[in-house]
Formats: sequence, C-alpha cells, structure tokens
Amino acid sequence: MTDPTPNIPLNALQEPTITRPARSQWRDVWDQFKHHKGALLGGGFLIFITFAVIFGDLIWQLDPKKLDIRNKDVRPIYTVIWDSDAEVGWANPLGTDNLGRDQLAQVIAGGRASMAVGWAAMLLTMLIGTTIGVLSGFFKRLDGPLMRFTDLVLSLPILPLLLVAVTLFRQPLRSNFGPEMGMFILIVGVISVTSWMQAARIVRGDILALKEREFILAARAAGTTSRGIIFRHLLPNVLSPLMVSATLGLATAIITESALSFLGVGFPSDFPTWGKMLADAVPRMQEYPERVLLPGMMISLTVLSVNYLGDGLRDALDPRIRGR
Amino acid sequence: MKVKTTLLGAAAAFALAPAAMAERGSDGHVNIIYWQAPSILNPYLSGGTKDIESSSLVIEPLGRYDEDGNLVPYLAAEIPTVENGGVSEDLKTITWKLKDGLLWSDGSPVTSSDVAFTAEYCMHPEGGCAQRAKFDGVESIETPDDLTVVVNFSKAKPNPYGPFMGGQSPIIQKAQFENCLGAKASECTEANFNPIGTGPFAVDDFKPNDVIEMSANPNYRDPDKPAFATLTLKGGGDATGAGRAVLETGEFDYAWNLQLAPDVLEKMAEGGKGKTVAAFGTLVERIEMNLTDPDPDLPSDIRATREAPHPFLSELEVRKALSMAIDRELLTEIGYGQAGRPTCNLVPAPEMFASDNIDCLTQDIEGAKALLEEAGWTDSDGDGIREKDGVKLSMLFQTSTNAVRQDFQALIKQWWEEIGVETELRNVNASVFFGGDPGSPDTFQKFYADVEMYANNFDGTDPQSYLSMYRCGNEPKPSSQWQGENINRYCDPEYDELLEELSETGALEERGRIAKKLNEMLTKESYTIVPLVDRGRVSAHSNTLGGVVLNTWDSELWNAADWYRID
Repeated sequence: MTDPTPNIPLNALQEPTITRPARSQWRDVWDQFKHHKGALLGGGFLIFITFAVIFGDLIWQLDPKKLDIRNKDVRPIYTVIWDSDAEVGWANPLGTDNLGRDQLAQVIAGGRASMAVGWAAMLLTMLIGTTIGVLSGFFKRLDGPLMRFTDLVLSLPILPLLLVAVTLFRQPLRSNFGPEMGMFILIVGVISVTSWMQAARIVRGDILALKEREFILAARAAGTTSRGIIFRHLLPNVLSPLMVSATLGLATAIITESALSFLGVGFPSDFPTWGKMLADAVPRMQEYPERVLLPGMMISLTVLSVNYLGDGLRDALDPRIRGR
Repeated sequence: MKVKTTLLGAAAAFALAPAAMAERGSDGHVNIIYWQAPSILNPYLSGGTKDIESSSLVIEPLGRYDEDGNLVPYLAAEIPTVENGGVSEDLKTITWKLKDGLLWSDGSPVTSSDVAFTAEYCMHPEGGCAQRAKFDGVESIETPDDLTVVVNFSKAKPNPYGPFMGGQSPIIQKAQFENCLGAKASECTEANFNPIGTGPFAVDDFKPNDVIEMSANPNYRDPDKPAFATLTLKGGGDATGAGRAVLETGEFDYAWNLQLAPDVLEKMAEGGKGKTVAAFGTLVERIEMNLTDPDPDLPSDIRATREAPHPFLSELEVRKALSMAIDRELLTEIGYGQAGRPTCNLVPAPEMFASDNIDCLTQDIEGAKALLEEAGWTDSDGDGIREKDGVKLSMLFQTSTNAVRQDFQALIKQWWEEIGVETELRNVNASVFFGGDPGSPDTFQKFYADVEMYANNFDGTDPQSYLSMYRCGNEPKPSSQWQGENINRYCDPEYDELLEELSETGALEERGRIAKKLNEMLTKESYTIVPLVDRGRVSAHSNTLGGVVLNTWDSELWNAADWYRID
C-alpha cells in the first residue's frame, strides 16, 4: 500500500490543509486584515500622515512661525475656482492666517505636536488602564482597592487638577527640558493620568468574564502561571475593546491638548498644534472657513483612520471571526 | 400704602399704554450681556468691573462722570466746587447736599446718615474694602442735617471727589448693611446679592456668576423713568459670543466690552441687528518691564523682589531698544482698528494731563540694534541672541489669554528676535492672571516673567492716584502678600518727591505739568513702562435700543435710566 500511484483519487480527497506550510499567527492576522478595506485605507492614511508631519518640513521649508504681515489673509489656491478675485498665491498654497503665517507649514508643524501628544498620551493611557484593569480583574484581592481608586480618580474634577499640576510642575520641567519639551511631558502626563479610567473599567469587565471561560480553566489546569494566562490568553482577548478605547483616547488627547493650550496652560501661544490652529480660527470662521476646516479635517481624518485601523485589527486579531 | 399705589400705577401704565413713550415701564424688557459674569452686587467687596457696573443699575453714588469726564450730580443736588462754596478754600472739606425727597426702592427716605454709613462701612479697619483708596485721607464725616454730608480730609485734597463719586463708590442703605460691618461684610449674602438702592432698577433675583433679573424701581426719583419695566443681565461666555448675540442674532440689546479684532467685529456688524459704539478713555495696553530678577533658582523671598535686580532689564539701553523695535501703528491696525490709537503715554487723556510725547511711534529696528551694540550687547557666538558677560538677552513674555493679545505677542516676539533678543511666550488664563491670588505664581502682580502685557486705566479724570501706584515701596512683595500696584518695582526718589508735590498742588495747570513729567519719567525717560495702544472701549447695542451713551469714565450702564426702545 505504499505505492502512491494507484491512490491518486484518495489523495485528492485528503484535507488540503495538511500540505500547506506552517503559518505564523501574524500571517493569519495580516490575511484577515487586508480584507478590511477601511482598515487598509485607515492604516495607509495614518502612515502617510505620520510621515508627512515628520518629514514634511524637508519638502515645504517655510518657517511656520514666520510672520509676514504683508501677506496676511491669503486664501488657499483652490479658492480661485469660484472666486477669481480672491487673494491667492503659489507661495502659500493653503493660504495664510491673520498674521501671515503659512498654513501648510503650520499644518505640518502642528501635526507633529498633535500627533506626538496624541500617540504618547494614548499609549501611556492604555498602559496604565490595562495594567490596573488586568490586575483588578484577575486578582480578586486587588479588585476592591483598585476599582475604588479608579472611582476616586474618576470623580476628580479635571480642570482644577490640571491647574494644580501645571502650577506645581511647569517650572521644574521647563528648566530641565525647555519650554516646549517640558510642556510636552507635562501635557502627556496630565492627559494620561486623567483618562485611563475608562480603559481600566473596560478591561476589568472583560477579564472578569473571560477568566471564567473554559479555555482559561484549561490553561490553569495545564499548569500555566498567572503571568502566562494574562499575557497569552487574556490580553489578546481584550485587545479588541482596548483598540476601540485607544482610538477614542487618541482623539481625546488631541482635543484635550488644544483645550489646555486654549486655557493658556499648554504650549506657548506661538507653538502651532492642530487644536490651537482650530481655536485661533474660530472667530473668523465665516470669512475664512478653510482655517477651521484644515486643522479640523486633519484631526477628524487622523481619528477616523485610527478608528478604522482599530476596527480592522479587532477583526483580524479575533480568531473566531478570522476566516469569515 | 404709597408703595402700593405706585406699584399699581406702574402696573396700570404698563398694561394700558404700552405704546406711550417716556412713561415708566412702557418699553417692556431689555437684555444686557456681560461676558464676565457678575458675582456680587456690592462694589465695596469686589474690584471687578463686571460687579461694579452691574451694581450701578441698582445703587448710585452722589455724582458720576459723564461721557466727557465732567461731573454730574446724581443723588446730590449739585456738584460741590470751590466756586459754589461746596469745597472749602483750604481744600480740606467738601460739603454734599442730597436731593430732596429721595427714596430707597423699599420706600424709606435716603438721608445723610446712609452716606456717612457708607464711608464707615468701607473704612472699617477689618473690612478689606476693595474701594478703600477712594476714601484715602478722609478724617471724619459729619451729618449736620438729614440732607447734608461734610467730608473732612486730614490734609488738603486738590481732588476731593474720591468718596461717593463714580461707580466705585455708591451709597448703600444703612438699614440694610448695619450689621454687616468689618469682618462680617462678606457674610451678609442677602444684602450683598440684593442691595436696596436708589437706581433705576431693583433686583428681583440674583444668581451669582450667571444671571440677574431686575425690574423698574417704583421709587425712582424721575417718575417717567426707566422706560423698561424689566431687565435681564446675563453674564458669562466670551466676547465673541456676546458680540454675536447683539450684532448678528439680536438676542441681546447690549453687550459690554467687546475686545475683538477689528475685522471680526466688522464682520459681525454686517449681521445688521446692531451697531458698535466706541469711546476713548484712559485705558492703555502696555508692556511692563520687570526691574527685578524672576529667576526660579532664586529663593522665593528674594525672587522678583527689589533685592534681586534684573540681570539685563535694569539697563536703560536694553529697555529702550525693546521699545524702539515695536511698530505700534501696525499693532493698533491689527488688534484694534478704529478702537485704538498708538500711544507713548501712560496717561493718554484727559488732554490737560497727557504729554505730547510721540517719539516712540516710529519703529526703528536698526537704531535698536545699534543701541544694544553700543551698550556692549553683541552676538559673539553667532546663535542670533545677543549676550554680554555671559548673560543672554533671553526673556519670558507673559500676558493673559486673549486672541488679540496672542497676536500682539507673536508680532512683538518677531521684532525682538530681529534685534537679537530671544523671547519665549506664555499666556495665562485671565481670571488667574488678574485674580491676585498670592498663592498662584501666575498673577501679574507676582510677575514671574521678564516682561508682561496688559491694559490698565484710572477712574475719573485725575491721574494722581494712578501715578502714585509707582511709588517706592508700593511694589508687590512677599511681605505684602504680593499685593501692590507698582508692578515694575520701579523706585526713583525723585519720582516720589514729585508725587508729593502733586498731592499738594491745587492749581490745575500746575497739576497738569507735574503729571506730564511723572508720566514721562515712567515712559520715555526710563522705558519702565512701554505703552503700546490707547484703547477705546467698544461695546455694542441693538438697533432697537435707544439712549445709549458709552461712558469710559464711569460705569457703562451709568445712564440706563434713559434707555428706551426704538420701534
């Protein structure tokens, strides 16, 4: 029976999977992920915008802080399509603001600050939120104290807390890291410290449900350590709600940063960020809607793309959905 | 009985003759918006303009300043002067006569004892009265009869119109505030929120930091006024929102103090529901130079005090160069348009006291560079920042959060960097910056920055008390809980001597000469204060509100009794 030739029909009936080469888990994830059009687009845009804000100023070399009062209130170049009298110029393709700062250069420089704040704050928020959530969901003894602590932080009024934090820490941070870097650290820190609670609650809830499931019991029966269960079985399963909360977190971080700048406890007023561009443009938004739309769209698109990316990743990472 | 009939009469007038003009309550309702919300209706317990102005609808002084800065009698029968014998020849007493038959809104008569009580209330040593400066030098107050008040000053007072004059110093009812003296002042919530007054309106409901509902005072001295039966004063929001509510949507009839960029205001005015009104007073947007060292490494009891002179701003050449680099015309055009005039003076008006100093008006970047070069400030390491003996010209420039001020900061920073001065910008929330909290490092008094920008003005028409703010020893310092008005920590014995001379001089021309000299000592001779723009006050009223006369010398609502509805 070892001669294969007469068995050709039988071979054809065999499970084809057996002959496929061994695949890594991440390969499967990618296969699933690339079926999600929105996620691909979102991911692509996010990579594009990240590169654009990092390397954009190598291509567009105007100084975003340079005031050119003679060229103030220049409209974006496309305005000529419907208004041939509009003041436009290729020197400022996206126009200038009321003090003659180039909008394109501002968007690039502003994006760098906003994205940096958004990403850093989001990562830190997730780190704190997940740690607290996992610990309190998994270890019964920690649950009470940690969740009461979460409630406590939730009930803190954020604005007074921010003002206190700024009062206490601005000076030392400023002298150690300079006005802009010091403020960056402070803002990222403050945003993270005040917004991890939702993530922690979500994670805890999911962990509580998951840890009663059979596969966890099986893993425990097989002698897996708590650490192993958390990292191998629990965390991948809470990834999907985490992703959603992370995307929301990114958006909140960008917006909180602009609110802080608006209150005068953020970056110096001539340091462009998307939020600040938006706030500065509001009084003139009827005449120059593009000044609101431009940073507003950048914020929305970035947030939207992170959202889609999160959606795609959730589908791809969930083995029960994968392959459908 | 009398109150009842008056009330009935008012109600009848309102019900039967809504179209008739010049009758109390005939014009219905008026809406006012103040984008800073009033938190108390007692100006003696708050220095805030919003509180002083909203309370001016309810409580009145003996006399006010009109739109030209002239004195007009309100509760007084006439303004006492030396000519009519109301002010004594030696300038040490002033005698006020009340109008006959004045009533409080609760129907009781206004007497001289109410006036004397007002002084007692504010001058109480434990009171912490916000308008204490108005009563400076008052030795005693006598009330020879029910309508006469004699104020005695301890020494000759060339300007005796401090007490009971203007929106900061209205008369409060003795019966209501009798138990609120001294330390108990702030505990009398009912009285502070609902003062009984003589003004055209009486408070119906006061929600602190939100909204005040008022109705016409049935006992107002002019039986035909006010034309409005009820009034709502809404507080809060921001200048942009307030401007829109009057000019674009017409929800409100009057909006106070619209500090908005001229192009923004112009655009709003195209809404067609209202118009802006502007008037010039003494408000000057200026840059204040810190003559002391705000270095955070210094111990807190020395930082930003006179014990630590500033490393480079104590040099006249540096201050002068900073002033020369500024283009005031451009700043005015961008920030204020018609509502501003470039100025080099701390005291821009009245004419009698305003110096003709205009040499700062032309920007001179090259001259500023040369001046710094001559003084030994050179850029030796090629980083674009000048230095001398290891000290870099690097400054922190702070102001309050306001779109116009941030535009100014950006422009000024650019000019200063052109002459080789590194500038870091900071803006602080206005309520913190002007809040005066000794515990906060961000107040303008504490001045933990090298330069700062804000606007200030003086009440009434006499600049003496304004100029005496820059007296030696009046600077904010730890021992005074960081209170004090000499923000720059300026100290010049010659200046103090001249101030003494001013306070002893009665002749107006001579006073003008001294005041001009004092103004120049602070501005063009020392550049301690670098004035930028003489700011007009801009407010807006709807097209249907008549009788508005914008007044920068007193409360903006000073003549609310004369307001009426245009159909």
